[in-house]
Amino acid sequence: MTPEDEQEIRRRQKSRNLALGAVLLFFVVLFYSITIVRMGD
Amino acid sequence: MPGIVPDRAQPGEKMSATNATAASMPGDWHDFFALTKPRVMSLVIFTGLCGLLAAPGNINPVLGFTAILCIALAAGGAAALNMWWEADLDRVMKRTAGRPIPTGRLQRRDARDFGLLLAGASVITMGLAIGWLAAAILALSVFYYAVIYTMWLKPRTPQNIVIGGGAGAFPPLIGWVAVTGDVTAMPILLFAIIFFWTPPHFWALALFVQTDYAKAGIPMMPVVRGERSTRRQILGYAVLLAPIALAPFLIGAAGPLYGVVAAVLSLGFVALAWPVATRSAASGDAMRPEKRLFGFSIVYLFVLFAALVADAYISRGGFLA
Repeated sequence: MTPEDEQEIRRRQKSRNLALGAVLLFFVVLFYSITIVRMGD
Repeated sequence: MPGIVPDRAQPGEKMSATNATAASMPGDWHDFFALTKPRVMSLVIFTGLCGLLAAPGNINPVLGFTAILCIALAAGGAAALNMWWEADLDRVMKRTAGRPIPTGRLQRRDARDFGLLLAGASVITMGLAIGWLAAAILALSVFYYAVIYTMWLKPRTPQNIVIGGGAGAFPPLIGWVAVTGDVTAMPILLFAIIFFWTPPHFWALALFVQTDYAKAGIPMMPVVRGERSTRRQILGYAVLLAPIALAPFLIGAAGPLYGVVAAVLSLGFVALAWPVATRSAASGDAMRPEKRLFGFSIVYLFVLFAALVADAYISRGGFLA
């Protein structure tokens, strides 16, 4: 594996981790909102 | 990190250096997104949203958003499972050879795990936030597409598109049930509209797009039964669709706006299906009637469902009521 490949792996890992973090944060907010709405039912 | 060795190589295929490097790369998030078939998902979201908006009753906007999100995620999960299962077929067809698994950008098992995660998470979220009836129908829709259609019937019968239409027909039904909490005649009619719309829509496309389904061993109708039979069946389904599309008005579940739009659209659909059914194309034919029918079929579904929502809002006394 060339240094360029390793660099590309790091870049992809970082981009995937950022995307996963954003998704998790979104679901935290969503489940919080669902809970508030359901508690008001 | 995903596995270094790809799950399955083609028999007799040697891996090039480029493919080997691609296989050792972790998948990019764009590739995971591509697994969800975003273009198909847009239709799923639209019809699901129309079912939700047209249903009698109110739903909190947060819960409504969650319901549509779950429908979209489940559709994405089912699409990823479809790409996981059909990776070998996708490799031999020009239209699908550029997908993430055939190109080696994603590992096959990553697609499977991603699909299961999306499907599982969407069903559980739907159950917790909306209700378990909607969640059960959502789970059934994923099973229907991924197992009954993709794994079982698609490679075995030329009626695969008819059966596959059922998978695309679930979203408005689920959207409706998310609001009402029960299954009545109206959501079943919405299901039936998409079910009977799918064969003429897809076969019109199959007539003018040269695909290599035959090469991949998939028994598509124009290949197995021939063009003549496919053309006749297109007209048959277009005629069957008309009373089904009008049924919501006829049973009193939709108002005159919907009734007029459904009647005009259905007449147009049959009128455009007629020349397709009664002609035979020579080689080099521009296939204009088939292209016209395919284009109109997309407009048909969008306008019909938009009319359903508009009609529902008018009958409730306006958008602000």
